Amino acid sequence: MVQTQKQSHYPSITTHENVVKRTLSITVDNEPGVLARVIGLFSGRGYNIDSLTVTETEHAKHVSRITIVTQGTPMVIAQIKNQLDRLVPVHRVHDLTEEGNPLERELALVKVVGKGEKRIEALRMAEIFRANVIDASIEHFVFEVIGKSSKVEQFISIMTELGLVEVSRTGIAAIGRGATTG
Amino acid sequence: MARQMTGAEMVIKALQDQGVEVIFGYPGGAVLPIYDELFQQDKVRHILVRQEGGAVHAAEGYARSTGKVGVVLVTSGPGATNAVTGLTDALMDSIPVVCLTGQVPTHLIGNDAFQECDTVGITRPCTKHNWLVKNVNDLARVLHEAFYIAKSGRPGPVVVDIPKDVQFGTGNYVGPSNIQHKTYKPKMKPEQPAVREAVELLANAKKPVFYTGGGVINSGPKASQLLREFARLTGYPVTSTLMGLGAFPASDKQWLGMLGMHGTYEANLAMHDCDVMFCVGARFDDRITGRLDAFSPGSKKIHIDIDPSSINKNVHVDVPIIGDVAYVLEDMLRVWKAKAPQLDKAAHKAWWKEIDGWRAKRSLAYKNHTDFIMPQYAVQRLYELTRDKDVYITTEVGQHQMWAAQFFHFDEPNRWMTSGGLGTMGYGLPAAIGAQLAHPKSLVIDIAGDASILMNIQECSTAVQYQLPVKVMILNNQYMGMVRQWQQLLHGNRLSESYTEALPDFVKLAEAYGWTGVYCDKPADLDDAILKMVETKGPVIFDCRVANLANCFPMIPSGKAHNEMLMGEEVSDELVGSAIGKEGKSLV
Repeated sequence: MVQTQKQSHYPSITTHENVVKRTLSITVDNEPGVLARVIGLFSGRGYNIDSLTVTETEHAKHVSRITIVTQGTPMVIAQIKNQLDRLVPVHRVHDLTEEGNPLERELALVKVVGKGEKRIEALRMAEIFRANVIDASIEHFVFEVIGKSSKVEQFISIMTELGLVEVSRTGIAAIGRGATTG
Repeated sequence: MARQMTGAEMVIKALQDQGVEVIFGYPGGAVLPIYDELFQQDKVRHILVRQEGGAVHAAEGYARSTGKVGVVLVTSGPGATNAVTGLTDALMDSIPVVCLTGQVPTHLIGNDAFQECDTVGITRPCTKHNWLVKNVNDLARVLHEAFYIAKSGRPGPVVVDIPKDVQFGTGNYVGPSNIQHKTYKPKMKPEQPAVREAVELLANAKKPVFYTGGGVINSGPKASQLLREFARLTGYPVTSTLMGLGAFPASDKQWLGMLGMHGTYEANLAMHDCDVMFCVGARFDDRITGRLDAFSPGSKKIHIDIDPSSINKNVHVDVPIIGDVAYVLEDMLRVWKAKAPQLDKAAHKAWWKEIDGWRAKRSLAYKNHTDFIMPQYAVQRLYELTRDKDVYITTEVGQHQMWAAQFFHFDEPNRWMTSGGLGTMGYGLPAAIGAQLAHPKSLVIDIAGDASILMNIQECSTAVQYQLPVKVMILNNQYMGMVRQWQQLLHGNRLSESYTEALPDFVKLAEAYGWTGVYCDKPADLDDAILKMVETKGPVIFDCRVANLANCFPMIPSGKAHNEMLMGEEVSDELVGSAIGKEGKSLV
């Protein structure tokens, strides 16, 4: 006899363990829609994007470099790299994390509004973080802070206490260490 | 040699230079310049379909039955959106299709112009690659690139979106020989260490199985030949996915039948219990694996695939080999012959004995009746009565598709066209039209269901216009059979919307289109009806009334493992009978 089954027909979802974070550098032809292809791949296949930066890096050849920070199980990461590599305008996919502790930097613009003690404290903290003041009035500062994401995060978190009203971040730009190129 | 011509002329010239003989299309405002050029030449034949979706499926049928690229020409907006299902189908099944779409003039793009849609945006995820050509001087290069991308590596559909002003504009034409792709260079030849490792594993296997797929067909006839040679050399059992049927002859004694959800008991059990699995151009799809954590738990797996992203996608494999099946098998055969391995004959004998035990279960057996036609029997008789003919089979999607796969046997590749990955109802009739165009003298039969056939029934008109004698055999059970089967098995018999209330009279429908209609509902008359369908000169719809409540078995249900198959005889008539009320029963 066939039993009525309540569960779905489809295999149960495999639980994901051992999620790792990776920084990928993708060199692509800078043609219309290329970014949409890359992003569409991530959304269409359910991959995560933690950070994304893109700009043309070799103007003569119309080549752009996309830096993506993503996370997943090692099997998913391998899939992401293979799927990216399969896109026609993609030249190369580099797993910078796998290739060795890459240099990663991010820039943030942080607007802080306030008066009195908090304002002075904000400026003092900015000095500690080597953030530059790039705009100011008697009631606000815009700081420019550059560094690893953790440093930027920390700076923003401190500024939250001191009148932070707006943040703009670039996302991570990354490059491998040493004389070899990515 | 660069030559000046208009964009529309370039399209036709490029098609000619690519050796295209047939294109499938439907005209409209944004492709009129191309249609005007088509009119003024006679090298490229245009087949007017009745809906753009039909054009893509016809191109797929043409491509799948010939190994060539299928070409489609449709207009902007609805022309392009109607093509989307076919494009997705071709992507899932790796069928090379070049689809040319018209687009509104460049200055109107983004303006919500009449019949405008974001074609490259819409088709980006359902094509291997696509282009919007904004400059007529890029057009020829893009067209040749499109053919290159569609057919090389893992084949797939591509779209070239051509605005109307680009079709009118004049520019330089370049021929196909000048095209070199800068980024897309698929790897065809395998790494030798992987080849040696795979041969080593296979040579020492005690319970081996070949699991082959559509990649063997896509790789070309040589791949099928090499597969046969390798299988013969090893003496190992062979099973195949739905897409791979015909690559290995179904009449061979090493053939286990199809595997997967509706595959044979012996094929699935061999997959489950094997110690070395040799996957050749298949992709461990969920319809094959069932429950992943119980999929062939004790085996070492070798996987040949041209697409690196297929490796380790669902199932971890021990020896991945990236490359084209034909190149890889060639290398493996060479290494195997040089090595001349001593096989464990005793172990293989025991393995075959085990397999024979599973075969003895006769998992495809069904109970035949004298008062109504069993659908399995209908396909079996169709097969037996057309064995001596040059036959191409297409299908729609559903129970009839699975029965066709189980009971129609293929000894050659490229003879079987079905929508495997996407499961597109309405695929079969246009695909049959495409296959018939490529093989005008052959017998092309669409094994259909009563629900599926209505999804692209308008293509009957196309067959008449081009005098294509396609045959449509409808296994008519007055249900969306597979939907009903699942509702019976999984949804407490609540047959929500799966009963086809108001089916047309298919014989009259055939006649309305200028086809011949054949009807049969008695097993005793079945052979005559089949022969009438086969022997009638023009196109025929055969309304074959089959048992309404027959279900498709064996089946691996609900995320179960290969060794937890549901067999036909375990499903009592009572249960199936209780699925429907008095009114429904009177229709049997």
